[in-house]
This record gives sequence, C-alpha cells and structure tokens, in this order.
Amino acid sequence: MAGDLTPPFSDTDKEKRLILIRREAEQRGQLTPAGIQPLGAPFPRATPQTGYYGNPTLKEPQWKWEIPLYFFVGGAAGSSAVIATAAEWFGRDRELARHARWLAVGGSALSSVLLIKDLGRPERFLAMLRVFKPQSPMSMGSWILTAFASATAAASFVDLVRERYGESIPVSLAAAATKSVSTLFALPFSNYTGVLIGATAIPVWHRNIKTLPIHFGASGVQAAVSALELLGHDSNASLNALGIGSALWESWEGYQLEANFDPKLSPLKQGTSGWITRAGGVLSGPLPLALRLWAAFASPAKSKSIRRAAAISGLAGSLLTRYGWVMAGGVSARQTAGNAGVS
Amino acid sequence: MSITAFLTDSTLCIGCKACEVACKEWNEIPEDGLKFTGRSYDNTQSLSATTWRHVKFVEAEPIPGFGGNSSDLNTWAFSSDVCKHCENAGCLEACPTGALVRTEFGGVYLQPDVCNGCAYCIVACPFGVVAKNDKDGRAFKCTFCYDRQKVGLPPACAKACPTESIMFGELDELRAKAQARLATLHERGMHDAELYDPIDTSVGGLHAMFIVRGDPATYNLPPDPEVPTTYLKDGWKSSAIASGLLLAGAILAFLGGRNGR
Repeated sequence: MAGDLTPPFSDTDKEKRLILIRREAEQRGQLTPAGIQPLGAPFPRATPQTGYYGNPTLKEPQWKWEIPLYFFVGGAAGSSAVIATAAEWFGRDRELARHARWLAVGGSALSSVLLIKDLGRPERFLAMLRVFKPQSPMSMGSWILTAFASATAAASFVDLVRERYGESIPVSLAAAATKSVSTLFALPFSNYTGVLIGATAIPVWHRNIKTLPIHFGASGVQAAVSALELLGHDSNASLNALGIGSALWESWEGYQLEANFDPKLSPLKQGTSGWITRAGGVLSGPLPLALRLWAAFASPAKSKSIRRAAAISGLAGSLLTRYGWVMAGGVSARQTAGNAGVS
Repeated sequence: MSITAFLTDSTLCIGCKACEVACKEWNEIPEDGLKFTGRSYDNTQSLSATTWRHVKFVEAEPIPGFGGNSSDLNTWAFSSDVCKHCENAGCLEACPTGALVRTEFGGVYLQPDVCNGCAYCIVACPFGVVAKNDKDGRAFKCTFCYDRQKVGLPPACAKACPTESIMFGELDELRAKAQARLATLHERGMHDAELYDPIDTSVGGLHAMFIVRGDPATYNLPPDPEVPTTYLKDGWKSSAIASGLLLAGAILAFLGGRNGR
C-alpha cells in the first residue's frame, strides 16, 4: 500500500491516450483544454445514484477462507452430533453413533482451530469468553461452540470409558448427561451461522435472515449425512431419509432465491459469487435429491454407489454454498453506493 | 456527564483537511499509504482503520454563481466524515468481546487492548465506518477523543477546524443549533440544505450529525440505515425452527429406520 504511486490505468489505456493526443493536435493545432487533461477525465461526479465517486457505503466483510470453511465444518459437526444421539437412543445403531460422535468431536476441534486462525493469535479467542452478550450472534456462537465442543468431547470420552470398563450406573448417567448437553448445543451450533451473517448491515445477507439459518442448517445436515455415508454407512435408510429431507429443503431454498427478483440478491446469481452459490445449490439440492430417491428404490448393491455419488455431491454443495454466501456478502457491500442504500 | 456530539456543517467546510491531520497527529495513527486515485483531488477516499476523519471532496454539476467562475468547472462541496456514534450502534451491539463500549459522553469507544479482531463490527456498521487494520488484524475507528473529553477538552478535529464547520457540544444544544443554522441557510436561498440525522430509523439518531446540501446519498450517507440487531428476532426464530426440524427429523428417521429393519 505505502509508496504505491501507480494510478489505476493500464499501459494499454495510456497508449490509447497517446493516439488521442496526437489526433487532437493534428486536427486543431493545439490541445484543449490548455494544461493537463488527466487520463480518465472527465472525472466521475458525485451524484445520489453513484454516491461518493461510486465508492461503496459499506465496508466489505473481512473474513478470508477460514470463516466459510468454519461454517461448513461447524454445520456438519453440529448436525453429526444430533445424528449420533438419535442413532444411539432411537436407532440403536451404536457403530453409526460412535462414528458420528467422532465426526462431531473432530469437527468442533477443527472449528476452533479455524476461528483461531482467523483471529491470528490463540489467546485472542479467550477475549470471546470475557462477556456473555445475547444481542451479539458472534458472542452467542462462541459460547455455543465452547459448550458444544466440551460436551461432545466429554461424551466421546465417556464412550471410551464404557468400551474399556463396561456398562455401569455412573457411566450410563454420565453418558446420558454429556450426550444431552452435546445435543442441546449441537442444535443451535448447526445453524446459528445463518443468524451470524443475517444480522448484519450487508443487504444480501440481512434480506435473507428469515431463511438463512434453516438454509445453513439443512446444508449442515446434508454435509454430515454425506460424510457418514462416505465413512461406510451407505446402507443406512435413516441417513438417506435425512439426506432426502435436507436436499428437499435446499431445492426449495434454491427455488425461492431464483424466483425472487430483488436486485439486491443479484450477488447470489451473477458473477463468481453467483455461480458458486448456484453450483452449491444444485449440488446440495436437486442432484442429491434425485440420486437419493433413486437409491431408495434401487437394488442394495447399486444403491450404495448411487449414495456415494450423492454424498460427494452433497459435501461439495454444502462447502460451495458457504463460500458462495460469504463471497456474495462482499459483492453486496460493494453495491451500496449512494441511494442504493444499505437495507 | 453530559452527552456530547459533533455537528459537521458542510456549508462551512473549506476542505483544508486540518481535521484529518489533527486527528492523525493527536491519535498517532499511521499513514494510509500514498495512493493516487486518479479520480478526484481526494486521495483518501473513505474512512478506514487509519483515517478517522475524512474530508469528502464532493464534485457536482456546475451551479451558476456557486462554486467557481467557469461553467466547465464542477461545483465543489466539502464534508468532513467521521464515525456517527449512533444512538443504537450496530458495532457496539455486535462486538462479542466487550471491546466496544458506550462512554459517559455517549460516544462509542473501541478499546484496542480488548479487541480480538473478529471483524464482526465491520459488517454490523450501517455506515461503513469501522475498519480492520490488516497489519495487526484489529478493528479501529474514531474514539471521539475519549482521552481529551475526559479532561474537558474538545476532540482534536473540532479544535483544529478553522471555520467551525466541525462543532462540538452537547447533543441537545447542537440539535437546536442545527435547526437554527438550517433556517438561516434556507433564508439565504440554500433551499437544498438539510440535516442528516436519521432519528426515525432503528439507528435512533446520531451523535455526529451533518448539514449537507442536496441529497445526503451523494455524500454516501445512506438513506436507510438500520441497526442490524433489528434482524435478530427473525434470525433466532428461524434458527429455532431449523433446530426443531433437525431434532424431529433425526428422531423420526431413526425410529422409522429401526422399525423398517
């Protein structure tokens, strides 16, 4: 930044300008107006339409790749913890429950690492736990993550104890307690990121505040189901049912966005951010929906490979969806000059 | 303590940038880098982590008898921008660490030793004021010269302003003063002069108000600022629905899966 004196004009532009100067000199014998007519002139004027020289009113979100990746990992981890508890208590599928719980533990640990990476220094995360502030989704999210990560890790530890020393009343009580707490915090953790970006000044985000948490929640379920299928649970009908449910919601969400012609939603449809969001929508909505419905009626052997394809599509779709939305926020912030406004 | 405020009168601003310099020197803010925009005489362009006062050079359509002798020359207006110190401040509500606080003077103060660089205040500000310093990752903005106000001094920018375009005083007094000034300006034929103080929006009014000529949108003062906490209720409601759907869906899917096997 410092010492950068290069004006924002390319050599090609400057070359064209030389030709214009020569042509004017040839035709008129002089250059008008006298003195310097800088390249780029006439300068844009400040108007209500363009605002202050087209500068955006809002600042762009400063989050780099860590935060959308965190949205993806956190969403999958939260949903995975809910699946773990449901699989153990209602589905009596301990193998799936164990895998889903470890996925949640790994995901919550990775979430913390990504957040710390974004902040720059580990001790900065501690500042998040100075205050408890219900009106700040960032504060609530930090507390939810802390509680979720701790409870889920504790639940896995209790499972390890149970495996090694067998069932006993204290172990059962500890398992019930840690798993309940883990599930309680897993639920908001899987979708609060929608509130986080929705409750901001960025038009494309806050205009979708009513659906973003459900959208991100469904995306997280899709990712968790897909990851568990790729870990070998590709013949579990319950997982496929959850996958169908979330893909159905994502298809509906995609339709709602496409059918909404609000110009402030254009970052979700145009340019790089638009195409990433759209690709994410197709890969986590209609495509896995079709594949999963097909898998539900195909022969068991064929069903597995179809579901693996759906899982890969779902994971990619969920990841692209988060990147697309975060990137769209930046584009939306750049579209706030003048009376385009911020709401 | 009384609630203090700025009233920045653009019709008195001569574009000298004394406020920018005074702010930088008093607060010891580093340079922004020497950048040539090639678009206007203003190379600072906007408020940033290292610019807490910024004089906008607003060039508009030539108005005969106002802003120069030639019909080719743009009309110029200057306006010194600053953190608005909102009555309901988005950044203050959004800050997860408590680094942003409301001072006894009613200003919004960012404690740099507490800020952890989460950057959430940046997307929560409806005026695009708070900015991240890329070098150390933390957010910075106008302090309303909290240190100076503590000892009864006016903020550095107001003290340095040679035309009293930047007025500093008690909020209520300045609001009254603004109305009186507008009446005078209208009397003199500047019928397009208006006060920018969005008191009817969820922001609830500013502690740094502006008198501008023409549409405030020309100065990038948004016509529709809203404090993002207004979206919270819808957001958490949606989050609760999503949580309910996930819990019910998971229970039903696994109950159904067990029966089906």
